[in-house]
Amino acid sequence: MQPNEQHWSIEANSSIFDIKLKEAWSYRDLLFLLVRRDFVSFYKQTILGPLWFFIQPLFTTIIFTFIFGNLAEISTDGLPKPLFYMAGITAWNYFADCITKTSTVFKDNANIFGKVYFPRLIMPLSIVISSLVRFAVQMLLFLILMIYYYATGASFSITWAILLFPVVVILMALLGLGTGMIISAMTTKYRDLAFLVTFGVQLLMYATTVIYPLSTAIEKYPSYSWLIEYNPMTPIIEIFRLGFLGEGSFSWHSFAYATSVTLVLLVFGIIIFNKVEKTFVDTV
Amino acid sequence: MSNIAIKVENLSKAYQLGQIGTGTISRDLERWYAQLRGKEDPFLRIGETNNRTTKGTSDIVWSLKDLSFEIEQGEAVGIIGNNGAGKSTLLKILSKVTAPTSGKISGKGRIASLLEVGTGFHPELSGRENIFLNGAILGMRKKEISRKLDEIVDFAGIERYLDTPVKRYSSGMYVRLAFAVAANLESEILIVDEVLAVGDAEFQKKCLGKMGEVSKGQGRTVLFVSHNMTSIQKLCNTSIILQHGTLLAKEKTNDAINLYQGLQNTITQDTLQLDENYLVSNFSFEPSHINSLSDCILSFKVSSREHRKIESISPLFYDSFNQRVAVLDLRNQIGIHTMAGPGKDIDVAIKIKNIPFLEGEYVLGLYINDDISGKDFFNLFRFNIWPVKKLSNEIPYEYDLVYRGYMNLDFEVLTPKP
Repeated sequence: MQPNEQHWSIEANSSIFDIKLKEAWSYRDLLFLLVRRDFVSFYKQTILGPLWFFIQPLFTTIIFTFIFGNLAEISTDGLPKPLFYMAGITAWNYFADCITKTSTVFKDNANIFGKVYFPRLIMPLSIVISSLVRFAVQMLLFLILMIYYYATGASFSITWAILLFPVVVILMALLGLGTGMIISAMTTKYRDLAFLVTFGVQLLMYATTVIYPLSTAIEKYPSYSWLIEYNPMTPIIEIFRLGFLGEGSFSWHSFAYATSVTLVLLVFGIIIFNKVEKTFVDTV
Repeated sequence: MSNIAIKVENLSKAYQLGQIGTGTISRDLERWYAQLRGKEDPFLRIGETNNRTTKGTSDIVWSLKDLSFEIEQGEAVGIIGNNGAGKSTLLKILSKVTAPTSGKISGKGRIASLLEVGTGFHPELSGRENIFLNGAILGMRKKEISRKLDEIVDFAGIERYLDTPVKRYSSGMYVRLAFAVAANLESEILIVDEVLAVGDAEFQKKCLGKMGEVSKGQGRTVLFVSHNMTSIQKLCNTSIILQHGTLLAKEKTNDAINLYQGLQNTITQDTLQLDENYLVSNFSFEPSHINSLSDCILSFKVSSREHRKIESISPLFYDSFNQRVAVLDLRNQIGIHTMAGPGKDIDVAIKIKNIPFLEGEYVLGLYINDDISGKDFFNLFRFNIWPVKKLSNEIPYEYDLVYRGYMNLDFEVLTPKP
């Protein structure tokens, strides 16, 4: 064993910009092992295993098709209804997963965090990556549905925007991560926020173009549609739908807007998360 | 500074008592405003030292207050103190689990800290998977763990169960595996909280052996918190005594333990709330210096908030390994027909004749069984038994403790007569 002569110091206050990314990098093996743990433990405890991932979006799609599609007759821009809804649900689920799971990261891991130090950022990162597995399974379901509709001759087309798919996924992950970290940092002290999250995420879905196209919203509520347009998830879902199904609004302007909101929230989230992690053990 | 491993300077840590969360936004704003103007934090000014037994006037306590000391490289240091003296807080700050309120710790070398065994173990994962996960949580790289895997498995002695989920392990195996991972960490500084209290005597011996090897053989610095003076004595050459969050002494271990035990006899905690219902008061265990095979008197009063039908109240005695050594069964005196409640306190005074315990540290507990529940209350009082008073001056020395079994018997020799 070669002695490690590295000097360190522990102080009451440190710079708010000291976010220890280098240290987090040295714990990358832990990140990988945590993702693996999440997957294996989920899989081991259930009979149907990853099949559960299918059931939720499938049923939601069916219900949305009946209620919003057939009963309320909300337009789907001429796309087959199940396909339209599932595109929105798949993307939205990933974002919602990231945000809700990240927002309880301090509470859920209070036990570990209280006993051992490692860069706390690793935990929310592992959540975002673990949720990717579920997202991938649901994407598979969505692709199967696409093939089915393609075979039955429904009208939709894949467009160039599909090239933005990786960017869109990263944006959703980072947006969920950033917002989730801000909420998690605040819930360590103000518990009531935790109640707001599940409810808030659900409400936010209705302010995002999951069950209706942006074009319809603008057409019906011209004076309030800015609410939907300023929601950074809207351009993300629209690009997703444009890429896979060929319908959706896209502008570089809105894309740049979503990207900058995501980055601002992410940076803010990391800073506040790092500030809270030092003393949260005392307040949680 | 060259051979200093840890340097603690004016370290303080304040905790807020009671409810945190209601009305804190206004407080936070107030603190933030004070900070903005470069003033002292208004909530820390009113703090006071941490003494559980007296009721304070503010809801801020200093768990640690202006603590300063240095630890040299390769030193094995014991940390001793009563519950609430700040031992665990100190270890938590050193492990970076929580940040100090003010002050600074600096040092060099990687720290491995073991505040709990098996942190992050997942019951569904196999032993092997948990070794990797736990190792990574403690800061090891995957390569490092692979290299140490055989050593870890060997130390834990769980080779046959390596690919079985840890939920199927016995609790002993679980703890052994967890300790094995942590003990094989490559670090310059090892911090160990009272984790050895779990596990059987043989395992405790093995852990102590491993830690001794770490500090003496490999020249690593060890910080060790324990209530078990024997373990501290075996492992540490120097010890620190903490009292109410301040440093009382840093001495050679034997001197420190003597000093600490001297303190113990003067601290009388004569009132103790056992749970939401029972309160023990007027507690005394006399004399303060109890020799083995001498008489002593234990007395206390039990008060109950609600009306309860007592079935038994029994004092329990534990040794320093938390093994129960004796029970005083009082059911003939207290029980069946005894009622407790407001205005009906139970006064107990017991004379223990020729107490047969060998010298060492013991802990008193209390078992109370009533019509609603039966509970053991541990760690009520720690006391020391000192060696038997010599009866004859002709016997030059006592046999070593290890040769004397578990207790001293009160006996009389009939023949031969001296």
